[in-house]
Amino acid sequence: MWNIANPTNFLKLTSWLVPVSAVLTALLLGIGLYLSFIAPPDYQQGETVKIMYLHVPAAWMSMFIYGVMCLAALGTLVWRHPLADAAQKSAAPLGAGFTFICLATGSLWGKPMWGTWWVWDARLTSVLVLFLIYLGLVALWQAIEDPGRAARAAAVLTLVGAVNIPIIKFSVDWWNTLHQSASVFRLGGPAISPSLLWPLLIMAVAFTFLFLTLHLMAIRNEIYRRRLRRLSILAASARETDLSGVMMEPVR
Amino acid sequence: MSAASPLAALFAREWRIGRRAGGTGSMGVVFFLILVSIIPFAIGPDLVLLARIGPALLWIAALLATLLGLDRLFQGDDDDGSLDLLLMSETPLESIVLVKCVVHWLLTGVPLVIATPVFAVMLGLAPQAILGVTISLLAGTPALTFIGAIGAALTVGFGRGGLLLAILILPLCVPVLIFGVSAAQAAAGGTVPFMTPFAILVALSLAAFAAAPFAVALALRQARL
Repeated sequence: MWNIANPTNFLKLTSWLVPVSAVLTALLLGIGLYLSFIAPPDYQQGETVKIMYLHVPAAWMSMFIYGVMCLAALGTLVWRHPLADAAQKSAAPLGAGFTFICLATGSLWGKPMWGTWWVWDARLTSVLVLFLIYLGLVALWQAIEDPGRAARAAAVLTLVGAVNIPIIKFSVDWWNTLHQSASVFRLGGPAISPSLLWPLLIMAVAFTFLFLTLHLMAIRNEIYRRRLRRLSILAASARETDLSGVMMEPVR
Repeated sequence: MSAASPLAALFAREWRIGRRAGGTGSMGVVFFLILVSIIPFAIGPDLVLLARIGPALLWIAALLATLLGLDRLFQGDDDDGSLDLLLMSETPLESIVLVKCVVHWLLTGVPLVIATPVFAVMLGLAPQAILGVTISLLAGTPALTFIGAIGAALTVGFGRGGLLLAILILPLCVPVLIFGVSAAQAAAGGTVPFMTPFAILVALSLAAFAAAPFAVALALRQARL
């Protein structure tokens, strides 16, 4: 386990793990999308129920990625591991992306089903707040230049957000019962039948592998970006010492 | 009193700095007044409508006015180097943060609460609603200050920390806003008893009071590594 945490070993491992995971993602997405296309239409919602196969896995991923970020934040604060920093940093935009897919597909599903693009329903609102927290984390990463400091600040905010997300969820639920909502959130039909459930589960696994692939690729990029940064700092400081001495030939 | 005296000295120092010219307390109230008076220009001088949405308007104005002063919470100490002295002192950083936040609330939150009844009258709120919104702000603004202090600690040392602070903190303030406005509206009459949202609002403030100093101290220490 700790061998993988070494960035060089991590790069070596992921150099074959990323392609394998990418192929698995493509396979699962292919099967999942095919199954969701041939799945029977819902007796009430018709073909629009197929939005569910993108919407529900994206919603699951939006929460799963926050969990991954919390673990990485602990890694940053407790073990101060640079790989945990990279994992945190690359998960935040992915989380924002999956949450956006969830919101956008939900909106597209809402138009034919509820007759409106957006309702201030408890569930929608709490997902929107989660999206805003992801955007705040991305903004924090972009605002701090020193990667180590950015990682620790983002870790604190991630953990504070982890405490707050259940509170937000609970408070928004409560708020919604005060203002009655226009429609009841329900999943196509009274009980989901196996013919609809199987494609959904396969899509969920496919989305998880999609996240794994993208996350590993983003972590690799982040490691390379840090090495590049370190090298350019070293090069700049080497040039400085040359200039401080007697006139030297500008080599390199 | 030997353990408390550094904190008492810190309290006196923060109080003096906050009261001095350029302190954010009075500016926050003026900002609050401007926000409240600019809204009727956008909505129209319809007192019935304003009275209906008044509690929500006052809460949003108080939230924004609180945010306005927060970016100075640690910035002044960072600029003149006293933050490093506070970090190195033997007094636990958590209690230092607690004192700083309490003083900040006394100088910015309490003036807002005192000004609220006046502004509520301008918005045409009924006496019952004025009382409700004032009490809910008194109970809720500590939570805003303490949650905001986390953002202030995270953004300490940035040139343009104010905007980032708002982006980081406003989503976390959603529960306080929901229960604050609910309590204010329940006081004005409604189906929900006043105590239900109010008790949760107080709980949020107490939880922020107990937990936020640890997060703030963690963030401040991490910024110095």
